[in-house]
Amino acid sequence: MTDPIIKVRDLTTRFGDHLVHEALDLDVRRGEILGVVGGSGTGKSVLLRQITGLLTPAAGQIEVFGQPVTETDPDAFRALRRRWGVMFQGGALFSSLTVRENVEAPMREQLDLSDETRETLAAIKVRMVGLPEDAMHKPPSALSGGMRKRAGFARAIALDPEIVFLDEPTAGLDPIGAAALDALVKQLRDALGLTVFLVTHDLDTLHAICDRVAVLAERRVLATAPLAELRQIDHPWIRDYFGGPRGRAASKAT
Amino acid sequence: MTGPRLDWSGDSLRLSGALSITDVDDIAVPTGAKPRRILLTGLTRLDTAGAWRLLDLSDRLDAPIEGATPSHAALLETVRRNLAPPDEVPAPKRLRDVIVNLGRTVWARLRDALDLTAFLGGFVAEIARLLRHPTRLRATSLAHHMQAVGLDAVPIVTLMSFLIGIVVAFQGASQLQRFGAEIFVVDLIAISVLRELGILLTAIIVAGRSASAFTAAIGSMKMREEVDALRALGLDPVTILVAPRILALILTLPILGILANIAGLAGGAVMAWLDLGISPTAFISRIANGIGPWHLAVGLIKAPFFALIIGIVGCRNGLKVGGDAESLGRLTSASVVAAIFLVILADAIFSVFFALMGV
Repeated sequence: MTDPIIKVRDLTTRFGDHLVHEALDLDVRRGEILGVVGGSGTGKSVLLRQITGLLTPAAGQIEVFGQPVTETDPDAFRALRRRWGVMFQGGALFSSLTVRENVEAPMREQLDLSDETRETLAAIKVRMVGLPEDAMHKPPSALSGGMRKRAGFARAIALDPEIVFLDEPTAGLDPIGAAALDALVKQLRDALGLTVFLVTHDLDTLHAICDRVAVLAERRVLATAPLAELRQIDHPWIRDYFGGPRGRAASKAT
Repeated sequence: MTGPRLDWSGDSLRLSGALSITDVDDIAVPTGAKPRRILLTGLTRLDTAGAWRLLDLSDRLDAPIEGATPSHAALLETVRRNLAPPDEVPAPKRLRDVIVNLGRTVWARLRDALDLTAFLGGFVAEIARLLRHPTRLRATSLAHHMQAVGLDAVPIVTLMSFLIGIVVAFQGASQLQRFGAEIFVVDLIAISVLRELGILLTAIIVAGRSASAFTAAIGSMKMREEVDALRALGLDPVTILVAPRILALILTLPILGILANIAGLAGGAVMAWLDLGISPTAFISRIANGIGPWHLAVGLIKAPFFALIIGIVGCRNGLKVGGDAESLGRLTSASVVAAIFLVILADAIFSVFFALMGV
């Protein structure tokens, strides 16, 4: 087994008196789709923000590609950041730019490409995530929620990153749109060799595309395992989560 | 990681190294003879940008790509499926389009003016309803907005008006001194401040402060679906959000106007005393005897109308905000511009009207 691509050790997160993570360890392997689940307020999105350097943890080490994310010098961090893409919950598109310009934005900031190359590449990315041709020049406000998520995904993969962080990619989508997005993530993982860090509540997503699932509870990662193994673990929260009516329905479907 | 290189290998071009987004623009394409094929046997890493460059190259050189690993072939296929459709030529702009666009713009402006009038109508109807059922008026909200648009504006309005009084007195003095008509500086200050400057500049300041604040506040509530939530509860946003704001403006702008008048006269009096030696007592008696009450009335009559304009523009633009932050910013600045423009336009109409009435 090769070294993990993301390595989190002894992570502690505190908001005031509220302890969110305590001595949390997590490994993400190269090329896998890792689903991160947990109840509301267990710090899934916080963990994602810490790994991507948007939040600084109270204590602990986070390494991506074997390099520390915290307390690193800005230049090294900028080079590191170019190797991953983040898709936020609502898409977080820049509302003053069109969809294609949104996808161009990371290229414009990070690389020195000719205008024509940049526009062509951005257009390819927009088509890859399955957006129609006429969405290219629309502002984000003219898109539906599902299309905004797709556009956010296109921006996350604009630089052909090695890791993509997805924060609840299917939340708020209809089942057809959610399934299409799942398929898209899997297809692009296979085509581009991505590693995907996926925060989700969607049991269908976990069944459909995740290689392994990490369960966040009791301020740490309770277990990281393929879904089938996770069901065997005797823990009240895991039992309730995967053994509840929704969990059973999702497992029957696949 | 080594950069990409294209070399001849017999009658084929052989690509070696890593072809990724960082160097798609730098790859040197050999000129001269056409290759039979492009060989990828030495390729170490390929991403979507590199795949696009390869397809582009293969298309231009009319040479098939061979020797790709299964994963590279899959990536090439994915990118090939998402290339631009070939017929992507934008239609040239013609004179007809320009005229059509002009027509659309004019029509949009007309509809905008119509919308504003309709909104005014809606507000007047709401006031009529409130007069029949006064308990429907949100007293707390009204008091809150009176403080925000009225009381909080007092320092800036009075300071500005005081300075304007000084400026008018100073400019008037230097001209009138040449004719030995210094005492008429008092008339100049009193008439210009009371009739025009006091209320007009107050309205402009309030338009800048409050029209933007109304648009931003109501607009962000609209963005967060709070306005829809009000409607869903059976509450009228005009009653809850618009009426208290505009009423607060209508009630406080005349008071601000009076304060501005006092401060402007005070500024003029100070300057007249320092520059021309007209004592404050003489200044006051000259105003009391020489300036008719109509000059004050002409100024104050305009105040509620200016307040109505500022409030209507600010609230209407707030309710027009769409789902994105962009429209909030655009409409907030549009509110300020439109409110100030309409206030000055109304002031010009009032001037003509009062001149025809002979007051």
